[in-house]
Amino acid sequence: MSENDIKIDHLAKLAALRLSEDEQPGVLADLRRIIAMVDAMGAVDVSGVEPLAHPLDATLAVRPDQVTEEVDRRRYQAGAPAVRDGFYLVPRAVA
Amino acid sequence: MDPFPSLRQLTDGLARGEWSSAELTKAAVQRAERLGGPLNCFITLDEEKAMSAAERADRRLGTVCATPLTGVPLAHKDIFCMEGWRTTCASRMLADFVAPYTATAMAQLEDAGAVTLGKLNMDEFAMGSSTETSCFGPTANPWSLEHSPGGSSGGSAACVAAGITVAASGTDTGGSIRQPAGFCGLAGLKPTYGRVSRYGMIAFASSLDQGGVLARSAEDAALVLSYMAGFDPRDSTSSKHRDPWLEAVPHAGVGELEDGHLTIGLVKEFFADPPAGAPLIDAARRSLEELGLRCIELSLPHIAMAMPAYYVIAGAEASTNLARYDGVRFGHRCADPQSLADLYERSRSEGFGAEVKRRILTGTYALSAGYFDAYYVRAQKIRRLVAQDFAGAFAQADLLLAPTAPGVAFRRGQLMDDPIAMYRQDAYTIPVNLAGLPALSLPCGLQDGLPVGFQLIANHFDERRLLQTGAALQRATDWHELRPSLDWAEAA
Repeated sequence: MSENDIKIDHLAKLAALRLSEDEQPGVLADLRRIIAMVDAMGAVDVSGVEPLAHPLDATLAVRPDQVTEEVDRRRYQAGAPAVRDGFYLVPRAVA
Repeated sequence: MDPFPSLRQLTDGLARGEWSSAELTKAAVQRAERLGGPLNCFITLDEEKAMSAAERADRRLGTVCATPLTGVPLAHKDIFCMEGWRTTCASRMLADFVAPYTATAMAQLEDAGAVTLGKLNMDEFAMGSSTETSCFGPTANPWSLEHSPGGSSGGSAACVAAGITVAASGTDTGGSIRQPAGFCGLAGLKPTYGRVSRYGMIAFASSLDQGGVLARSAEDAALVLSYMAGFDPRDSTSSKHRDPWLEAVPHAGVGELEDGHLTIGLVKEFFADPPAGAPLIDAARRSLEELGLRCIELSLPHIAMAMPAYYVIAGAEASTNLARYDGVRFGHRCADPQSLADLYERSRSEGFGAEVKRRILTGTYALSAGYFDAYYVRAQKIRRLVAQDFAGAFAQADLLLAPTAPGVAFRRGQLMDDPIAMYRQDAYTIPVNLAGLPALSLPCGLQDGLPVGFQLIANHFDERRLLQTGAALQRATDWHELRPSLDWAEAA
């Protein structure tokens, strides 16, 4: 692992971000510094240590599989940028 | 009336009819209008909504339904959804988003009768330590307009420190309540993970985010917490832990320090490179000893690795949480999208600011094929080591004492071009979030006219000892009574 093999185009694509040519060098330089900082983790002996995902080591709660609320589509879509007949509008994805 | 009353003073005056909620709320709106301009602490200030809530509160006062919060004007970090309120997270992405529902913690405060004055400025999506990444412009520190109030809950800190409200909500993912509280001379409480519902609190890093409060005293912070906290079935990580002490705080207060012979652990790694204000923090330690607490030195051996682990975990969770902003269901949508990919990429690139993009890209890197084990899984293993360090420390001590930040408030703009230097602001606060512990930042004096803070850290769900110790210290000292002169307001 190394801060030098960051493929910024690939990362931006994975993150669904578009970086302008002007932005790219600065973002890459910052990312390199951030990855170099987190690379310090490599010095720690973590053999035999279980990953900790939840700070209290708890598992997610479950509840009975019951309907507890109705989704008010009109209310929730009131803030959507483009809807028609209860559907969200996006550019055509299939020809 | 004292321009910087305590929450209890407001409550008592309301109960005795010395002032009405409408009067308090009107005065708070006027103060927000007078001071809020130079501070830029409000994103939304809504006099009409606030006055109508105040009138409802006035009808409730004097009845059995009144609570100590009834009629008290509060303001909230603009990360909490509140139905009918614009809720922006200080991002262009949500600049026009009106929440269709209310966060549980906010609903509980409003159910108790608290009046919402408005929504407060913050770093975009709570990513930052200076309240400079807001798309609504930076917030200034009431102690000195040239300085940052800290972040990300900098609007909350500025609002309370300037005496606009007695308390404000905040959130703390890596120090975002405690560091601004430290920079502005306030009490800042980050509760145990799971104590305050995250439902309706816009997510940054779900395993680290925790709502809390900034106030001028530990006593006031406890009172607000008692209404924000509680199990919420709508948050799958909300804790069912019941706390009779916290439930009694509204009528009994935090109470005297129940066990006077507590041991305080001084984390030696945190003092190896003395933080600014170290002599003041030492004075706070001596005051705690005078209260009968015993101090010992102890070590958290993995603490230096907390920051790298945090930036991997927080970035990974942020990149996942912020995937929802796609220009389709809510939030910013680019003009005239040519394809689905174009819609996603341009909406996100236009909607997110530079720091948010950095965090998303860091997280994406850590989660991408070939790097997942080396970064994300390794960071989670280090997270366990840090949590184990704390568990070991709490076997020796009841509370831990640490600086809140490496220095006093820095000048605005000073760290904006250096993300790593900005990240180091949180070096002392981050470990607490990794372990899900509660912590309380308290003021301990001024250095060069700017407040210095220190934090007490407690074991899970031991807010009682944290707040009782803080309140006992504040009864014996007067650092929390220091006020900014606000001479800039007279000049304006």
